[in-house]
Amino acid sequence: MTDEAERQTLARIEARRRRPRRRLTEEHVTLAHGAGGSSTHALVETIFLPAIGNELLAPLADSAVVACGSDSRLAFTTDSYVVRPLRFPGGDIATLAVNGTINDLAAVGATPLCLSAALIIEEGFPIATLEQLAGSLGAAAREAGVPIATADTKVVERTKADGLYICMAGVGVVPAGLTLDPAAMHPGDRVLLSGTIAEHGMAVLVARGELELEAEIASDTAALHGLAAELLAATGGVRCMRDPTRGGLATTLNELARAAELSVVIDEAALPIRPVVTGACELLGIDPLYVANEGKLVAVVAATDSAAALAALRSHPLGRHAAIVGEVRAEPPGMVVLETAFGGTRVVDMLAGDPLPRIC
Amino acid sequence: MRHVSEYRTDDVAARLAERIAALVEPGRRYQLMEVCGGHTHTIYRHGIEDLLPAEVELVHGPGCPVCVIPMGRQDDAIAIAERNEVIFTTFGDMLRVPASHGSLLDAKARGADVRIVYSPLDALRIARENPDREVVFFAIGFETTAPSTAVTLLRARAERVANFAVFCNHVTIIPALRAILDSPDLRIDGFIGPGHVSTVIGLRPYRFIARDHRKPVVVSGFEPLDVLQSVYMLLRQINDGRCEVENQYARVVREEGNPQALRAIAETMRLRTTFEWRGLGFIAQSALGLRPELASWDAEERFALAALRVADPKACQCGEVLKGVIRPWECKVFGTACTPERPIGTCMVSSEGACAAYYNYGRLGRRRGRVAAAARAVP
Repeated sequence: MTDEAERQTLARIEARRRRPRRRLTEEHVTLAHGAGGSSTHALVETIFLPAIGNELLAPLADSAVVACGSDSRLAFTTDSYVVRPLRFPGGDIATLAVNGTINDLAAVGATPLCLSAALIIEEGFPIATLEQLAGSLGAAAREAGVPIATADTKVVERTKADGLYICMAGVGVVPAGLTLDPAAMHPGDRVLLSGTIAEHGMAVLVARGELELEAEIASDTAALHGLAAELLAATGGVRCMRDPTRGGLATTLNELARAAELSVVIDEAALPIRPVVTGACELLGIDPLYVANEGKLVAVVAATDSAAALAALRSHPLGRHAAIVGEVRAEPPGMVVLETAFGGTRVVDMLAGDPLPRIC
Repeated sequence: MRHVSEYRTDDVAARLAERIAALVEPGRRYQLMEVCGGHTHTIYRHGIEDLLPAEVELVHGPGCPVCVIPMGRQDDAIAIAERNEVIFTTFGDMLRVPASHGSLLDAKARGADVRIVYSPLDALRIARENPDREVVFFAIGFETTAPSTAVTLLRARAERVANFAVFCNHVTIIPALRAILDSPDLRIDGFIGPGHVSTVIGLRPYRFIARDHRKPVVVSGFEPLDVLQSVYMLLRQINDGRCEVENQYARVVREEGNPQALRAIAETMRLRTTFEWRGLGFIAQSALGLRPELASWDAEERFALAALRVADPKACQCGEVLKGVIRPWECKVFGTACTPERPIGTCMVSSEGACAAYYNYGRLGRRRGRVAAAARAVP
């Protein structure tokens, strides 16, 4: 039983929420613009799409898919890495850069071909650390079987960068006949998640050592192209895939719900999350749904294929804890709804910003 | 997870919901105010309203520490933060609170050195690590956070950390409750009392509500089952015609509170004659300032502050929301001009603010009474 006036207000808000923004109200870039939530989207919509928008960029997917000759398609992506601290349990900025770029290719179903790496180094940066990180860049690329085909370095004056930033690009080949697109989502489809959430973001936060909090949480950074390939080989029912990094699972599902004009309903009790991560999130008042992952895949799969898809994910070492975490429904369109373990429901919106400093 | 999951089980919740539904007289309205923003957050985050009969309405109270800071104080905070020598430390919640000229986050983007801390002790550590800078901690909150500010001040004095100061905005919950109880435009049938504040102040301060105003109070924990049980206990009192202060959160809250914490507060702070609350106006003896002997650590003494009273934006109805007079979505600018991304009022900023909680979690065609109606249908 919903109050009519309340329903009208909600409808008005929804209409407004979906209207594309024309200009930013802020005068300066704030950290919220980099948090991956709605402020980031506003920045992209008002500044970058008008300036550089084109057909290839328009889907705003993890990678652009570019026709190449008559029957081949390339996936092409770019990403930069500014994480602090540079090393954290489970990885470092270099492994993150390699895996993250590969994952952007994997999310559109592409087989990664090669990567580029451009390093922006601050004057005074220890050579020993640089050597270690370069080693880690190479090791991650070799482990994934995706070579770094081209690279660049720049050095900037002291204080003009925070130690080291890495800018990446990646190219892959999209298998013939494969199209992954949120527009292909249907009510009844299942939402699959390849494993436990919120580990990367919490690992980095704890590794900063600013919280007087000790928890054994390691980043989940991993290259997902093998896992994605297993999934695609097992079933033709995959509608689309995403790599829920900055902004966490909540932001990724919101992007899908909006793109598909459908609702994504998540079952809180089904979400895989390690107890130590739940504990750290509870202590800090952080919702794990918004915490970054660096080695997880979200896939929307036709209901009839979901069991096969789940089995395929679980058969891969990176998908052992995979679970069906939700379902696509028609109503309310463009929104993510959580059925709480407690028996209630709530909206899971995109956050405006993020109280946490940069984590990827 | 131990100490969390047992308070979130759905079968216990469903049983409680049935018992609540059985207590409700069909057609009668029960307006219960949860005083604390932490409860508002829990209610929306776990979808507790879905489990309540339509007759029970939860009214959100003034206990969101971020929400009650008036704009003038936020302006002063930003003025301190923008001084070259200052490192301004704050809880993350305050970063997005709008002031006359943008928020602390905007000030940070313009070059102010604003840092998020999780505890005032972190601010003190930053002061020790940066002896050539002035480190200011933006102290906000009810009696819940005041003890940690007090302990930090005592430590700063003991260790003679001279480059540390506190911009004190601590407020006390009881005067705000009095203001609400005295407000003519509100009818509340009972209060879900603040849990964490009560760990410090105990249960005695609420007695006047039961005695003088004839309203039941149940001090509640913050897990969803706590809140549901507190609703049950309030309805029991209402049905029995009792007006008592009951303690649902007995695993944490003691009758006498925490004398040690109260002593630390008394040692470092004193009641201000009056203090402005956003939306509620000036309330006598409702806030804490530093004692004169701690003037060297008092940002209000150290920096010349404008200390101006700045009126809230005309369109903003945070006051009515904080008093529970209107529901968040009834505000003229809710969700259109005022959103979490671009908040006009404070209630839209903090995760404990009623508007933000409703916008982020509750903005859904409610299925109120779903569980309760089903429960009633069972013979």
